[in-house]
Amino acid sequence: MNLFKIFISALLIDNVILMRFLALCPFIGMSSDENKSVGMGLAVTFVTVLATSVTWPIYHFILKPLGLEFLQILVFILIIASLVQLVEFYLKKMVPALYTSMGIYLALITTNCAILAVTFDNISKGYSFLEALVYAVGAALGFLLSLLLMAGIRNRIKTSPIPAFLKGTPILFVSASLLAMAFMGFSGLVK
Amino acid sequence: MKRYLTIFKNGLVRENPLLMLMIGLCSSLAVTTAAANGVGMGLSMTFVLLMSEIVISSFRKLIPDSIRIPVFIIVIAAFTTVIDYLLKAYFPDLSRAMGVFIPLIVVNCIIMGRVEGFASKRPIPEVIADALGMGLGYTWVLLGISMIRELLGNGTIFNIRIMPESYQPIIFFILSPGGFLVFALFISFNLFLKSRLKNGEEECK
Repeated sequence: MNLFKIFISALLIDNVILMRFLALCPFIGMSSDENKSVGMGLAVTFVTVLATSVTWPIYHFILKPLGLEFLQILVFILIIASLVQLVEFYLKKMVPALYTSMGIYLALITTNCAILAVTFDNISKGYSFLEALVYAVGAALGFLLSLLLMAGIRNRIKTSPIPAFLKGTPILFVSASLLAMAFMGFSGLVK
Repeated sequence: MKRYLTIFKNGLVRENPLLMLMIGLCSSLAVTTAAANGVGMGLSMTFVLLMSEIVISSFRKLIPDSIRIPVFIIVIAAFTTVIDYLLKAYFPDLSRAMGVFIPLIVVNCIIMGRVEGFASKRPIPEVIADALGMGLGYTWVLLGISMIRELLGNGTIFNIRIMPESYQPIIFFILSPGGFLVFALFISFNLFLKSRLKNGEEECK
């Protein structure tokens, strides 16, 4: 039950993009069509879970016993950067088809702040390993969900009459604002 | 001297990282619920940007090209850790309000972009002008957004009451949808200014 609560609150109530303003760059840059946004979302989910399953043990079994907590930022960002590289090499060699369809998203993930934030949250909220993994999956799927919703909205925007002063990027943020308001309705879901 | 001034002003308006280049957005919306937080974030970011640019500019001839990105990341992460611990020690309230966004300075695209595009090629004095310009350009936008949000959402600016006591705060502006909306209006205003400037230049010709 507790795990389910963590999952739902990571997915909807504390949605990484709409409620916590994380990963806005890919949110604006990669939501221009549905396929792109699903590709990006899946790549982020994969790397987030992988990053969590590496950073959590490293923090609790290496950094903490040695009193090296202050290296957390440095170690985590290096781990994520090198993980992305490793995944990229592996896919390039073993599954070239998947690599060509995912390649560009993978490279962009290193600078995705949602992943780093999730790994920090797992430590600061004191989650156990299993809880941390569930939280990572929930947060990353929340990212995918809002990216997909935004892609759908952008499709509609293309054919709608937009006031001249909001054309271009401003209308994207106005839609994000409305979307965020809708997501606030979830806030009473988990007590 | 004039050259440094041009570089400095470049970051403030013409290449303003938030309004023109649209990078480093995350932190700018999340921490701008109160003016004090906006300024705190802006100055922390300026500090990390300035120190990283100076260090990388002074070592630019020694860093091998093939591993420059990891080296940049390590330098930026080191200064982010410094500012994180400084804030925790001297401004605990501010540090708590900004939460995870202080460590997240490390993945702020503005820093990586300036370090890669500017500091790794230029001498130290120019780099200092660039870092201050970009940092303050980021800070003033943050201050603008956070003042509007704090004024409408809480009736105060820097915790000083501006609106009359009878003012009903519009909590919407403190919550996340308000952040998106205020930022949308900011960009929209900026695009308007930009088009006016362009028309003006064409008329001059």
